Amino acid sequence: MVLWFWEWFADPAQWSGPAGIPVRLAEHLGYSGLALLLSALIAVPVGLLTGHTGRGGFLTVSVANFARALPTIGVLMLVVLAAGIGLLPVMAALVALAVPPILVNTHEGVRGVDPRARDAARGMGMRERHVLLRLEVPVALPLILLGLRTAAIQVVSTATIAAYVGIGGLGRFIVDGQARQRFEMVVGGALLVVALAVFVIVVFAALRRALVAPGLRQSKAR
Amino acid sequence: MGEAPLISWEWIAANLADPIGTRLLEHLQLSVIPLLLGLLIALPVGIACVRWRSLYPATLTAVNVVYAIPSIALFFLLLPYTSFSLWTAVIPLTLYTLAILVPNVVDGLHHVPEHVRQAATAMGFGPLRQLLRVELPIAVPVIVAGLRVAAVATISMVSVASLVGLGGLGQLILTEGFRRQFPTPIVVGTVLSVLLAFCADALLVLLQRLLTPWRRERAAGPVDEPEQPR
Repeated sequence: MVLWFWEWFADPAQWSGPAGIPVRLAEHLGYSGLALLLSALIAVPVGLLTGHTGRGGFLTVSVANFARALPTIGVLMLVVLAAGIGLLPVMAALVALAVPPILVNTHEGVRGVDPRARDAARGMGMRERHVLLRLEVPVALPLILLGLRTAAIQVVSTATIAAYVGIGGLGRFIVDGQARQRFEMVVGGALLVVALAVFVIVVFAALRRALVAPGLRQSKAR
Repeated sequence: MGEAPLISWEWIAANLADPIGTRLLEHLQLSVIPLLLGLLIALPVGIACVRWRSLYPATLTAVNVVYAIPSIALFFLLLPYTSFSLWTAVIPLTLYTLAILVPNVVDGLHHVPEHVRQAATAMGFGPLRQLLRVELPIAVPVIVAGLRVAAVATISMVSVASLVGLGGLGQLILTEGFRRQFPTPIVVGTVLSVLLAFCADALLVLLQRLLTPWRRERAAGPVDEPEQPR
């Protein structure tokens, strides 16, 4: 199977033109990055707020659990029927997928900050804003990054469905390969998605190393 | 959306048994088998990781790497070997549950207080009896917490299996709904999938209460479930 895939992969025809690997890869990364950015913009502020104030925590977790139970295909197809084929359905489906892990982890991360540290920060005269930004966010960062990583992996793998609504990405290789009965193409597309997921893990490992305070780094890496 | 209404009750009534009922049962089957298999594998693996601690980091890395493989990719990668059989969906879904269940089994067993372990030893419990009668029951809440996360994840992931043509409610969404540009099956498939996830969750909570009767007396206060932030 490896040889089979390599034949397809090494074929120079795969590396040029609007349907080549670089273009599909760029499309895939573009959709994934945009979806992750949108999800983070929604989920991180909400999670920080509910975690900091302690209000709405139950609601947050319930909504996240509900969203987690939503089948991505259903969301995608429903929005396709409502708004037509294009970027919107893909983004709706991917954001619905990525918000719950980021939201829950941000909320839990901020909630989990040692109350004594919080009291100490207030005792030192920090304003609420500073308590949040200088204490809670740095302490919660490992969990927030973990949530973002989970979301990123799911988004990268699920962005494959963009091909089913005709807007490209690596899923095209899987869809086209299936339609043309060319299995090496399906396998090639799938392996490229796997490679992207591994890339995401590496990026987040580097981010963790660069951003998380050294004193917090030993905490369980999960 | 066109002229088609969002929900056509006539369509639902006319197709209740065949596509809807059968797809729901398929979905149930495709979610229950991986969950049971996953638990069956995760229990011994987790117990082994607690007994021989040096195994745990490598095991954890292995299950996490598998978890990172996109489900769609894994379904397609298995197609040449297992073709359109049940296994093409069951194998990846089982592997994914391991990434959630193995750490929970290990954490659950780590939750057993040392003095309880010593008391069991003092009462003459052998290692096996201690595991079955003392340690596993104490670990039940954490293991069930993992099962709940795994159940919801698996049930929503089964829909993806339909892209490969393996059945389940996703098939209802794709073939009956999307191909015919007809919203009702999509709504029905999505709603049923969410309902299934909630029912599974409720059942697991119930199961936990049945398995840990001694916790019920304390259940008046907030239950300090060690929920996994995932």
